[in-house]
Amino acid sequence: MPGMLRTYWVVLAVAVIVAVLPYLVPTTFYLRIAALVFIFSIAVLGLNLLMGFAGQVSLGHAGFFGIGAYAVAVGPAHFGVPSWLALLLGLILAGVIAYIIGRPILKLRGHYLAVATLGMGILIAMVFTNEARFTGGPDGMAVKRLVLFGWTARGSVAWYWISGVTLVLAVLLAVNLIDSPTGRALRAIHDSEVASRVLGVDVARYKLIAFVLSAVYAALAGAYLALFDALVTPATAGFLRSIEFVTMAVIGGLGSILGSIVGAALLTVLPQLLTVFHDYEHIALGFIMIVFMIFLRAGIVPSLAQLLRRTPQ
Amino acid sequence: MSVLSVENLGIDFGGVRAVDGVGFAVEAGEIFAIIGPNGAGKTTLFNLISGLYPPARGKVLLNGEDVTRLAPHLLAARGLSRTFQNLQIFFRMSAIENVMVGRHLRERRNVLAHLLRLPSVVAQNRDSRAKAKDLLNLVGLGAMAERPAGELPYGALKRLEIARALATEPTILLLDEPAAGCNAVETAEVDAVIQKIAAQGVTVVLVEHDMRLVMKISSRIHVLDQGRTLAEGTAAQIRANPAVIAAYLGAHAGAEAGDAGR
Repeated sequence: MPGMLRTYWVVLAVAVIVAVLPYLVPTTFYLRIAALVFIFSIAVLGLNLLMGFAGQVSLGHAGFFGIGAYAVAVGPAHFGVPSWLALLLGLILAGVIAYIIGRPILKLRGHYLAVATLGMGILIAMVFTNEARFTGGPDGMAVKRLVLFGWTARGSVAWYWISGVTLVLAVLLAVNLIDSPTGRALRAIHDSEVASRVLGVDVARYKLIAFVLSAVYAALAGAYLALFDALVTPATAGFLRSIEFVTMAVIGGLGSILGSIVGAALLTVLPQLLTVFHDYEHIALGFIMIVFMIFLRAGIVPSLAQLLRRTPQ
Repeated sequence: MSVLSVENLGIDFGGVRAVDGVGFAVEAGEIFAIIGPNGAGKTTLFNLISGLYPPARGKVLLNGEDVTRLAPHLLAARGLSRTFQNLQIFFRMSAIENVMVGRHLRERRNVLAHLLRLPSVVAQNRDSRAKAKDLLNLVGLGAMAERPAGELPYGALKRLEIARALATEPTILLLDEPAAGCNAVETAEVDAVIQKIAAQGVTVVLVEHDMRLVMKISSRIHVLDQGRTLAEGTAAQIRANPAVIAAYLGAHAGAEAGDAGR
């Protein structure tokens, strides 16, 4: 069915990459990098639903990432909750907090929304730093390994598969959503709020839906990273992490699902490659990002897709 | 009972009475035109009726229900939709998806079902797409259904907005200058579309500067000048009204005579 393929090719492509990559890399070190890429991709994918599709910015999504991470750290350590349940509770908590915060701040637009979400992220990170009794304060805390049916998830290979399969599912849900009444409402709001409203779209409700969904995606990614690293620190939820997510979404391509993954991959892999530049690593990274934004200004994936369409076959 | 009735409606912008004491009643099946010089308050009046601005004074009744200050999406749910003078197209979506957004109120809105794409969602997508295709055919854009809306010519976008508003299955449709910027051929198409809509039983309220179109299709005409009602009546009554000729039609009558002389 060509119609099905046109909708689901991204899911298929990601599934193939996840399935084949372990056979192409020489050592498990690369699987560790890949697992990190998949984990960040999940967060960026969620953020892209909010920014790329609904057109609402957030500079505070590391806060939700942190909520997921600290849920799997604090839950088992202080309350004896099994890790899998702590993860679920973390997702719910992130969703509820996003719902409560989102209602008032999503009334703001543009720069004002950016600053409000920035404040939100900083506030959440501050809680992790200050509630040292539970979180270990600035030093962070160790995270117990995830145990599922007697099997302990540890190491790069295990987390490669867990995060890879989850990413495929996250992509599947996102693709489903985008081509649904909810997805159309989100994309409509991005282009014209007034037109959306007079067509019956409850704009406030759909912005909130996108915000909550993206928060849950971020929390899931945060929980995975904490379980994978077996460690969590307030930097997990820090301001720089929020900026990193936004940068990944923008550089990969706002409104592009594949772009979320490409953006996450680029900003995860590049710093590893650029270590050859030693002291100039960050300069090189910054320079590459500027060049990408100048020449592929719609983001890597949408810009390349546009170029391919223009090129005569 | 009138489909839409407006009573003593008013709003001020920085001390200027943009709309002041305007009242009229539109009956089912009418094509009701609102005309007047630029700045007379026509679009502001539409924004008040469709809930985009909260009125400072007066009331809006929809099928007898007081809907003053109701949010636009709630008005849409009660059967009122509109188009925009300055286009409000979803440029990043295809033409048919633009119209499918108009199906929003008729679709089941369960986010969880959408995420999981339950079979009901697939069926509903198919149904919305089919209905949107019918509407695109109605306005003569069937061949452009899958094109990105951003690539369509201006005249087509005007009709796309009409199809999109119709997708909500309104009982009353507000059209804000549907023929503005259209050439003679496109205006004729807009004319035909409006008549088709009215024939389907949708009440039409129209803001338009093309006097030939207005005089031809309107059952009644309401004339605004500087935010206030100047006159109301049939095309013949309005054409003969000295106040209307002085404030507005005079210039147009001259322009039309000029056209005829060429």
